[in-house]
Amino acid sequence: MSVATQQDISAGTWSIDKVHSHVGFAVKHMVVSTFRSRFDDYDGALTVGEDGAPSLEGYVNVDSVVVKDENLAGHLKAPDFFDSERYPQISFRSTAVRVQEGGQLEVDGELTIKDHTHNVTARGTISGPHEDIAGNEKVGVELETVIDRREYGLEWNAPLPKGGFAVDNDVKLEASLELVRQA
Amino acid sequence: MRILGISGSLRRDSHNTRLLRGVGELLPEGVELELFDQLGAIPPYNEDEEHETPPAVAALRDAIAGADAVLVATPEYNASIPGVLKNALDWVSRPVQGTPLMGKPAAVIGASTSLFGAVWAQAETRKVLSTIGARVVDREIPIPEAEDALGADGLPLDDDARELLEATLTELLELAEPERVAA
Repeated sequence: MSVATQQDISAGTWSIDKVHSHVGFAVKHMVVSTFRSRFDDYDGALTVGEDGAPSLEGYVNVDSVVVKDENLAGHLKAPDFFDSERYPQISFRSTAVRVQEGGQLEVDGELTIKDHTHNVTARGTISGPHEDIAGNEKVGVELETVIDRREYGLEWNAPLPKGGFAVDNDVKLEASLELVRQA
Repeated sequence: MRILGISGSLRRDSHNTRLLRGVGELLPEGVELELFDQLGAIPPYNEDEEHETPPAVAALRDAIAGADAVLVATPEYNASIPGVLKNALDWVSRPVQGTPLMGKPAAVIGASTSLFGAVWAQAETRKVLSTIGARVVDREIPIPEAEDALGADGLPLDDDARELLEATLTELLELAEPERVAA
């Protein structure tokens, strides 16, 4: 796959192709296992100004969280976790996007979960642009960052009978985005 | 030797009942597992009605008294022991001087559809059994995501869970052996 430089990505709006993208999280549970989940309903865009400066924005609808156990889905939407009735969306807005040598990508931004907003830096890669078989111009963005969920008001935990806690506090946020340039 | 299996779930296709049936096939020659099937017929515990023992309670007391050991398989409801199971154990704990659980070897296993494998329900069931006076194997077997974790034979597909199960059964049989000799 081709490696992007900041100059390669032309001015305009690049929107998320949701069929080929993924937005989710991973967290240790039961001390040793890793639990992964995703959100099905989200949107966002990469916007490149005429000056070449990119910005990235997006949101996730919390109720679209995908887990296999309906009881867990209910608990995740409850006040113990996301409290989706009061806070239906998670949002992100970049404050600085740096495309570095070799397609390395760093994005500073404000992440809002519930009524908490904090600055985060997500790291990953950007690749493309590449023309797909339908003639659309696409770039790929992979980003991840680790947050302490307690800083966002997601404080539930429970001691395990044999030691340790049910869920780790560090949560990895993962986004694999295929972005298509809007005409 | 006879082991009484008590499933904490009344559901027809209960994972925990399947697990107990699987255990029945795993036991060494000369050890039988009998499933108690009247849990749903046990009325809510009421001290006012203790003098007229309900038939299902009498059946459970007799089954425990006639067994060399008790094996409970419990699901987890809202991070705790199912009400029907706790209610049944409350009944057989009375009167305190005559409970058939006094000194009875017991072990607890459990499967749940959640990510945590009924660890809290198992821990609380062990606590309840110990409080009543049973000799309880101090082991837990978390079997999470039970719909995928159990094979057609009702036994865990995961090797670690299978080993834990076998170790728990071995310990339970060792606890029960002196009783059989004494009888």
